[in-house]
Amino acid sequence: MATDTALDHDIEVQSGDAWDGGKKPFKASYGKLMMWYFLLSDAFTFSGFLIAYGALRISSPTWPVPDFVFQTFPGGITGWPLIFVTVMSFLLIVSSVTMVRAVQEGARENRKGVVFWMILTIIGGLGFLGCQAWEWTNLIGHEHMSVTTNPFGTHVESGVYLEDANGDAYAAGATKETFEAGESYLIHKHNGDWVQREYQVTSGTDEGTRMNQEFGPKAFGALFFFITGFHGFHVFSGVVFLIIIMLNAASGVYVERKNGYEMVEKIGLYWHFVDLVWVFVFLVFYLL
Amino acid sequence: MAEVLEYNEDVLIKEQGYDDHFHDHHHGDKFRSGFISHYIFSMDHKIIAKQFLITGMIWAIIGAAMSIVFRMQLGFPEDSMTWIKPLLGKWIVVENGIGTLAPEFYYALVTMHGTILVFFVLTAGLSGTFSNLLIPLQLGARDMASPFMNMLSYWFFFMAGIVMFYSLFISTGPFAGGWTAYPPLSALPQASQGSGAGMTLWLVSLTLFVVSVLLGGINYITTVLNLRTKGMSLWRMPLTIWAFFVTAILGLLSFPVLVSGFLMLMCDRGLGTSFFLSEIFVNGEALPNVGGSPILYQHLFWFLGHPEVYIIILPAMGLVSEVLSVHARKPIFGYKAMVYSILAIGFLSFIVWAHHMFMSGVNPMISNFFVVFTLIIAVPSAVKVFNWITTLYGGNIRLNTPMLFAIGFVSMFISGGLTGIFLGNSAIDIQMHDTYFVVAHFHIVMGVAAFFGMFAGIYHWFPKMYGRFMNETLGKIHFWFTIVGAYAIFWPMHYIGMAGVPRRYYSFDSFDAFNDFALMNKFITIAAIIVFAVQILFVINFFYSIWYGKKMKTKNPWGATTLEWTTDIKPGHGNWEGNLPTVHRWAYDYGKDGHDFIPQYVPAQEGEKDVH
Repeated sequence: MATDTALDHDIEVQSGDAWDGGKKPFKASYGKLMMWYFLLSDAFTFSGFLIAYGALRISSPTWPVPDFVFQTFPGGITGWPLIFVTVMSFLLIVSSVTMVRAVQEGARENRKGVVFWMILTIIGGLGFLGCQAWEWTNLIGHEHMSVTTNPFGTHVESGVYLEDANGDAYAAGATKETFEAGESYLIHKHNGDWVQREYQVTSGTDEGTRMNQEFGPKAFGALFFFITGFHGFHVFSGVVFLIIIMLNAASGVYVERKNGYEMVEKIGLYWHFVDLVWVFVFLVFYLL
Repeated sequence: MAEVLEYNEDVLIKEQGYDDHFHDHHHGDKFRSGFISHYIFSMDHKIIAKQFLITGMIWAIIGAAMSIVFRMQLGFPEDSMTWIKPLLGKWIVVENGIGTLAPEFYYALVTMHGTILVFFVLTAGLSGTFSNLLIPLQLGARDMASPFMNMLSYWFFFMAGIVMFYSLFISTGPFAGGWTAYPPLSALPQASQGSGAGMTLWLVSLTLFVVSVLLGGINYITTVLNLRTKGMSLWRMPLTIWAFFVTAILGLLSFPVLVSGFLMLMCDRGLGTSFFLSEIFVNGEALPNVGGSPILYQHLFWFLGHPEVYIIILPAMGLVSEVLSVHARKPIFGYKAMVYSILAIGFLSFIVWAHHMFMSGVNPMISNFFVVFTLIIAVPSAVKVFNWITTLYGGNIRLNTPMLFAIGFVSMFISGGLTGIFLGNSAIDIQMHDTYFVVAHFHIVMGVAAFFGMFAGIYHWFPKMYGRFMNETLGKIHFWFTIVGAYAIFWPMHYIGMAGVPRRYYSFDSFDAFNDFALMNKFITIAAIIVFAVQILFVINFFYSIWYGKKMKTKNPWGATTLEWTTDIKPGHGNWEGNLPTVHRWAYDYGKDGHDFIPQYVPAQEGEKDVH
């Protein structure tokens, strides 16, 4: 019988190969792999946004200087460039560290530890969202930036202002404000009207001409709210999932399932990804 | 002549198969409890495949019927269309007893025809159907990695369909700016009638559709990597699986970029941002939008759009490779070359997108690179074509319907691929772009060819899906009318296009030079109507055969080596009753050592050489 000989004589061409079937090639469960693939696709969405950012920014003649735009701090403080966003980023990055600890406690099957570190992560995420809410409120409510209007302009030549910050003539004895090329400015609203201050150019070919402050590139406001909003939405959904999974972990569901705390690991992957995306968002909006 | 190899399937699978402890967990099939969970919200990949297929067929009929209406306009612009008024209502304007198609609706029809066929039929209907059906069955898996997400994938597609279908009936009509939805026409609701609510629904629908593709794609990739049965190494997978695998990767990486474009488009439409808009006048009124770039949208769109054509054609290629090999009773020629060419096509498809934009004002220097990469795609494509032809050479060919369609696919792919080389050259594209030459090219190479692959797949795997065969005579009538008809439709379009006749035009009344083609346009329209009628015949055959077709008596009617033919004639959820089959060889042992075929689960024989 051919069958018998076939069975006795089992020549395997390859064996012990991770790709041979019947095993998990990355030593990762399918659930974890699916999270990785989702993150890969999400990375492409964010790349699409950041490429759009790059394309619109290089086609724009000027771009607001981040040190000028992001210089406010709660309590009415201005002149602290990037301090607030540092706090915000620090919170998010620390929440990634606590997430790592939660996953580690999960690997040790320590339910209380998982819940404790997840709660800290949730607090970090909520803190980040709170900071973002304040930043948006400040930009929208006080500085009057919107998706269609960007009051942050940038000078392309040096000059001297011919009127004060409210658009009125200088008070007697006041020195005239001057500025250098490349400096950014904010067009304020005074009594509900935009004050586009008049100035005289003191350098370059246009020297001597009188001009008014122009609004900055519209794309800046739109891209800022769109991209940080999309990232904030990711953080928000991450917090929601963290809460659900934390409650599940606390209830002991994962102990019964016998697959360890894999859900914690999966949400951890997502959380680190959101953190990583923030690094790029931070880079393009706050540093470049 | 060929001696049949003796082996006992029951022993090899049920006793010596791979025990994954599947049946330890639940006795009986807990998924098949009721009608709703079995047929409607099913998590069984086989049912989901049928759902995708039948939904795709409904969309195919709608999309094709639309093309018949606008072909009537192009072929018989003088004739009255009053007779179709009961169906199209106000879109047929009757004056002095003569009904004419409203021009806005003509554009809407062209747009919807493209959108429906590209996304709903050839992406969801083709890849959705066969990836779902074949990935678990051919890999020896119980189901997809996540049956629940698989179910969601279908229902997101269904919702996308509902939204799109709804947009056909609103008073301003569906979106009418072309399936590529270029801004500003798509970004400004006031730009045209179809740019209003129709475009909003179009965006919502396609965003839901992308969710469906991603849920499906993540599942397909994970299943292929993690759920292969014991012994099924990557190099033993049938080419169908390789094709679905690479297709899913393409979808996973390209659709998200489309979404980013869509989200920005939504902001431009709804929030007044200027991502894609700059310095525009509508009806003499200047818009406040400045600083955006419509070209940016084109880049984001075609970064999906080009891989998308391979998302359409790769599954068809996979199906055809399998069908050709089974029905030629020969191993596929150059298996590894086939796999590498699938991978090469997949890779190259990401770096050629700007060849759709040669005339959009892209820097000619950059165009050079895209020309070169585009033409390089001809190499792996040609490798595949030669391998298919060589597989047929000297084969013991069964000319049944699936085989005919598979051979028809090769013919169509060659005809359409050659004109792609014309269009890939940016210099020739100056004359050819946006003409009927382009229409002819992509309809043959990714429209008709993908349909042929799909038909080959349906006729071949119909017994696996429904336990019955489709009617062979009707199938052959279907094939011959379709292949002759498809060439009759699209061949003349090459001439029209070379003469410079632009696509998407409602009528050519005001162009004397294009009036010479009136007769040709009539001919194309008549051919299109005949081909459409034959497709209806196919649909009748399909549904008739589900209930009244010839019954399948044996498990493996085609004598195929792959694992899907080792399951019961009507497999339940879980696919194999006992153990999973263990794989000992590649999928293409046909005519080896005097045996007609050796299934994948048969261990290597004593003294057997070249066990792959």
